[in-house]
Amino acid sequence: MKLDKYLDRSLWVFHLNTGSCNGCDIEIVALLTPRYDVERFGIKLVGSPKHADVLLITGPVNRKMLPRLKLIYEQTPDPKAVIVVGTCGTSGGVFYDSYNIVGPVDKHIPVDVYVPGCPARPEGIINGVLKAWLKLERLRGLSGKEVEQKIEEVKA
Amino acid sequence: MSGGSIIIFVLKIFAALVIAIFGIVLGLFCKGIDRKLAAMMQSRVGPPIRQPFLDFFKLMIKENIVPDNAVPWIFNGAPILALVSTISILFYIPFGPIPALLGNSGDLILIAYLLAIPAIALVAGGFSSGSTYASIGAQREMVLMMSYELPLVTIIITLGWRLNLAYPGLKVFSLAALSANPIWGLVGPLGFIGALLLLFTLVIVTPAELSIVPFDIPEAETELAGGVLVEYSGRNLALFQLTNAVKMVVMAALTVALFFPYNIAPLFSLSGALASVIDTLFFFVKLIVVIFFEATFIRVAVARLKIDQASVVYLIFLSAIGLLGLLFIAMDYII
Ligand code: SF4
Repeated sequence: MKLDKYLDRSLWVFHLNTGSCNGCDIEIVALLTPRYDVERFGIKLVGSPKHADVLLITGPVNRKMLPRLKLIYEQTPDPKAVIVVGTCGTSGGVFYDSYNIVGPVDKHIPVDVYVPGCPARPEGIINGVLKAWLKLERLRGLSGKEVEQKIEEVKA
Repeated sequence: MSGGSIIIFVLKIFAALVIAIFGIVLGLFCKGIDRKLAAMMQSRVGPPIRQPFLDFFKLMIKENIVPDNAVPWIFNGAPILALVSTISILFYIPFGPIPALLGNSGDLILIAYLLAIPAIALVAGGFSSGSTYASIGAQREMVLMMSYELPLVTIIITLGWRLNLAYPGLKVFSLAALSANPIWGLVGPLGFIGALLLLFTLVIVTPAELSIVPFDIPEAETELAGGVLVEYSGRNLALFQLTNAVKMVVMAALTVALFFPYNIAPLFSLSGALASVIDTLFFFVKLIVVIFFEATFIRVAVARLKIDQASVVYLIFLSAIGLLGLLFIAMDYII
């Protein structure tokens, strides 16, 4: 597995809702509208984590979603980036300290980019995906072995 | 084997390689144009035309996950089978003035069978991937396949039958003969309407062949999370994408060869090499126009149907339209 320049012009994102209020989800869908049109940058919303390069995670991770969150993270093929969209996934936000919340997201899986805001603005989400390019770019130029090592390091 | 035939054999293999690579590049290019046009219809800027190439190269470097409860050899074999069978159709289709590589040894009926193989490979891959979503997708793919086969065959039979009436003794199902004598010239006004109906049938069958909206029910991104393709990632997914791109070219080239085989060079009374160049270019223009109407326009203009609706559309309405076309052409001949 060797990263090359194709990755950052063709990021497919998978959107995972871990119990959000649906505010940020609507903002993510707004990315696909003519106004923001992320397909310009080759960003495409896909229906299966197996097709995805980037996970867009919204919501503060409730108890039921935790095993699914981990499963979906593992199902996403490497190289991948994780973006948390919205304040509640970053810190708990309005759900902070609720009895049914086990979040935030970065307690359970490694997160690369945080997009704050309640709800996050579409511009912010585009910026977040751009930052994810940077993470993937750092892996570029390394040989396949080194990339795998780096990924292991991040996982550990 | 004599020396000459060995050389011809080697040349043919070389030509086959060139056609395969060319078909893939053309397919991805057409996919890019399709996406750009769709974006423009929705008043978006849309991805650059080289986007499908970028997607393909990206998928090639991604990890290739085979699920634990999949049957690996079917799971990995299905995409290869789909791509190979689709590319082999290209050997039987004339590209404008360029005759088909194996035009003498295969005809329209063979193409109809070869067109079914990618769908069967998808079904096999879907069932073997051990996911519920993929199984549902595979079942839908099967239902859809059985539904659109009848209208497709109606078109083929009608065209062959009419050509046989006009020129008995010709190899009527060979694409070369069909595109040398397009249906429009063989029939009167009543048959013309019949031929229009057949063209309409082919245009509506194409979205199902390519599994795009409104007939992308087996893949249904929103309910089935990718359907038959749900477990596919990395290289295997890339191969399926290539299959789809090449199939787009195949279906468009088939439509052009059956219904619009006209050349532009005679209009300007050109001849020789220049004429073939112009005709080839004109062929690509026709290809893109056909793709716009068969794929892009339909996909942007309408929403997805349910599987039972799609079955009814194909098995009842479209078959009826195809048979009506057959009837018109038959009546035209009798009168
Ligand atoms: S950040 Fe706010 S708007 Fe977004 S999902 Fe959480 S609670 Fe809803």
